[in-house]
Amino acid sequence: MATYQLIVNGENREVEAVPNTPLLWVLRDNLSLTGTKYGCGMAQCGACTVHLDGTPVRSCSTPVSTIGNKKVTTIEGISSGEEVHPVQQAWMDENVPQCGYCQAGQIMSAVALLKKNPAPNDHDIETAMSGNICRCGTYERIRKAIKRASNTSAK
Amino acid sequence: MKTEINESKIFKVSRRDFLKSTSMSMSGLLLGLSFSCSDTSKKLTGNPAFTFSPGLFISLNGNGDVTLIAHRSEMGTGIRTSLPLVMADEMEADWNRVKVVQAVGDEKYGDQNTDGSYSVRMFFTPLRKAGATVRLLLEQAAAKEWGVDVSECKAQNHEVVHTSGKSLGFGYLAEKAAALPIPEESSVTLKSPKDFKYISKQSSIVDLKDIVTGKAKFGLDSNHLPNTKIAVIKRNPEPGAGLKSFKADKAMEVPGVIKIFTLDPPGFPTTLTKPLGGVVVVAENTWAALEGRKALEVTWNKGTNADYDSHTYNHDMLQRAKTKGKVRRENGQVDSALKNAKKVIEADYIVPLLSHAPMETPCALAHVHDNVCEVWAPVQDPQGARKALAGALGMDIKAVTVNITLLGGAFGRKSKPDFVVEAALISKTMGTPVKILWTREDDIQHDFYHFPAAQHLKVGLDENNKVTSWLHRSVFPPIDGTSDAKAKEASGAELSMGMIDLPYAIENVCCETQEATVKTRIGWLRSVANIHHAYAVGCTLDEVAQARGVDAIQNTLDLLGSDRSIDFNSLTSEFWNYSEKLEEFPWSTARFRTVIETAREKSNWGKTLPKGSGQGFAAHRSFLTYVACVVEVAIDANNKIRIPKVDYVVDCGIPVNPERIKAQFEGGAAFAASLALKSEITVAKGAVQQSNFHNYLVGRMSDSPYETAVHIIESNDRPTGVGEPPVPPFIPALCNAIFAATGKRIRQLPVRLA
Repeated sequence: MATYQLIVNGENREVEAVPNTPLLWVLRDNLSLTGTKYGCGMAQCGACTVHLDGTPVRSCSTPVSTIGNKKVTTIEGISSGEEVHPVQQAWMDENVPQCGYCQAGQIMSAVALLKKNPAPNDHDIETAMSGNICRCGTYERIRKAIKRASNTSAK
Repeated sequence: MKTEINESKIFKVSRRDFLKSTSMSMSGLLLGLSFSCSDTSKKLTGNPAFTFSPGLFISLNGNGDVTLIAHRSEMGTGIRTSLPLVMADEMEADWNRVKVVQAVGDEKYGDQNTDGSYSVRMFFTPLRKAGATVRLLLEQAAAKEWGVDVSECKAQNHEVVHTSGKSLGFGYLAEKAAALPIPEESSVTLKSPKDFKYISKQSSIVDLKDIVTGKAKFGLDSNHLPNTKIAVIKRNPEPGAGLKSFKADKAMEVPGVIKIFTLDPPGFPTTLTKPLGGVVVVAENTWAALEGRKALEVTWNKGTNADYDSHTYNHDMLQRAKTKGKVRRENGQVDSALKNAKKVIEADYIVPLLSHAPMETPCALAHVHDNVCEVWAPVQDPQGARKALAGALGMDIKAVTVNITLLGGAFGRKSKPDFVVEAALISKTMGTPVKILWTREDDIQHDFYHFPAAQHLKVGLDENNKVTSWLHRSVFPPIDGTSDAKAKEASGAELSMGMIDLPYAIENVCCETQEATVKTRIGWLRSVANIHHAYAVGCTLDEVAQARGVDAIQNTLDLLGSDRSIDFNSLTSEFWNYSEKLEEFPWSTARFRTVIETAREKSNWGKTLPKGSGQGFAAHRSFLTYVACVVEVAIDANNKIRIPKVDYVVDCGIPVNPERIKAQFEGGAAFAASLALKSEITVAKGAVQQSNFHNYLVGRMSDSPYETAVHIIESNDRPTGVGEPPVPPFIPALCNAIFAATGKRIRQLPVRLA
């Protein structure tokens, strides 16, 4: 066991964990941040996507010992109170979710994409989202929601 | 498989019963205490401490807050929204004043087994009646208050309005309505469809905001019990076979591991409910449990299926499909008709084992203590889970509470309670709450798989290119074989999913099966046997069209014949109409024709497409819903198959929630594309060879349709389900489109073009 000082959603959090513990389980088990989901444990499905200093990473394959001072942002950290992030709003406007399980990861990938590329085309979207699986098959609406969010933020 | 339709019994339950039935605390209902209306003359609210629960599903308190019970499991279809909407509409409740509460698993709610696409079909009318009864009671209460005749009072938008214009709020009327006797069912009138406010209208799911903000609670998110331990199990790769020996020393050295012990194997066949057994690792946290399991040294026993090889097995099934089998439907003389045919089309089809792979793997939180068991789990069949838990724990069923979380996908997997039973057995041993996690590897390697299937079809044409004979042989291990070693023949119900329910007016039809022994756990996957039957039938019809030199849609319409209700019971004694009587849900060729003709029109069928592109068509009725599908593919030089456009036409009776119907069809197309293009489970030496999404491939964004247009036929027929019906026609339409684009027939899934 080791002690880590993490910055999660803007707050300093101290956690005890063995060094190779994936960030995913630290978030879920130690910090009760259950919005980030387990899907595969090997960076194949994207359900566990969070941001490290704004860059999307698969938290299931990111050992807690490698986080250091990087700022961790989870789905719980992109909005506060009743306000939602424009990407979350776009997700609601397009009625994207079915079961909803993968959507936190999808949204985190989309937020990161739009930050880097505010006006992505179909190819950009497909590439950025290729690591996120949705078994309900909401891909069409995910693409539409990303375009909607892109248009909203361009205004 | 199903219980009969349970017409709603409209009766009063005490508040205490209502609260107990929903695990809701008093404070939950009294949260609205501070609510009041500034215009007190309108009398919107009444006694805030009073709750009116005129039945199991609806409750109204003195503040006017309405609580509606969702008793079916939410796995992405939107049912947790759609059925409460039906009640709210009939009772004239304001949807903004409605709270939806998930029921626990209990027989008193009637059928809760959320599978088979029948939630809306079964509960639409009973829940309308429940809502309409409350509406009438509120109108009667207002009439009494005003001393007028009830015919002068009309409930609308959360208040009852008198013809003079005065009104009383639902909250104010709650206590007064509760004092009235429940009206006779005959005096309750349902709304005319033209007056629907929510039914057939656009609406978002109730969990939408919680989902996009990460607040929604799925099974694995249940973390409210202190001192909860995490468990994982190492299971024999061969289902049902036991353990020879294990060494736990290294595993016990992993920090956080608390206890390691074994669960007995069920033997083989495994049954649909029993856990697989294995070596259990319990730890303080998830990572410790996983690391502990990794450090286990285990030697497994070999069982009866140690030599199971799926490639050999499927090939063997196909060989048998080519020989005369057991006749399951026979009309006319197929043998002689085929002999006399001028042209014979012959084709074989193979579909592999498939895994459900819902994004949320099986999981459950259980707490067994003081002779009670409480679980929180993503289950499709909470009553089945409750029964299995009571049996496994030797407890009275009343001592078992099954709380249903949101399901992170299911597709049939979570209709089996094995993982919930695991959690409970482990909790019992530990004496603490235990949450079980199935890793993706556990999920892919120990599923209740979709059955592998081999089919042989032979179709004869006469000198006028008329189809005179249709022979269809289907060989696959039946789901019953997972419970019963003697069950080796597909059931009539399984064959009524796309084989013996062949609707075409062909004089000589013969459907046959061969025995196939279950070698692993087989279970329902979204649309079940319709997957392989619709694939083979839909692709064969395309070959028939080609042989006849007729357009594929025209060919299907030609074969369909005149508009009629098909009396399948006279064609085969084994016909199954999804547990409904044919008189109530007829097989209407007219409805089938309409979806097909509409698809031809809406899809711009026959349009000119560039080289490497093509359109394909198929139509299929499943779960009493009629669907036609046109798929367009574009295939590049690297054989990457893209699906730019899908057109679906659906007749599901009254479209209760059109927005979610569309979502189910969009998702169904993507799910079917994933099955057809990507997925395959293979078994060697009794063990599944795939383990995670790197080798059990599933559709990603680029594999999925770019645009799915869903055209819903307007209808006043009784509503039928839409969860499964999108899947069956998509796969043959896709394969037919691939043929149109490449000239290659797809006789085996997944599609391999290279």
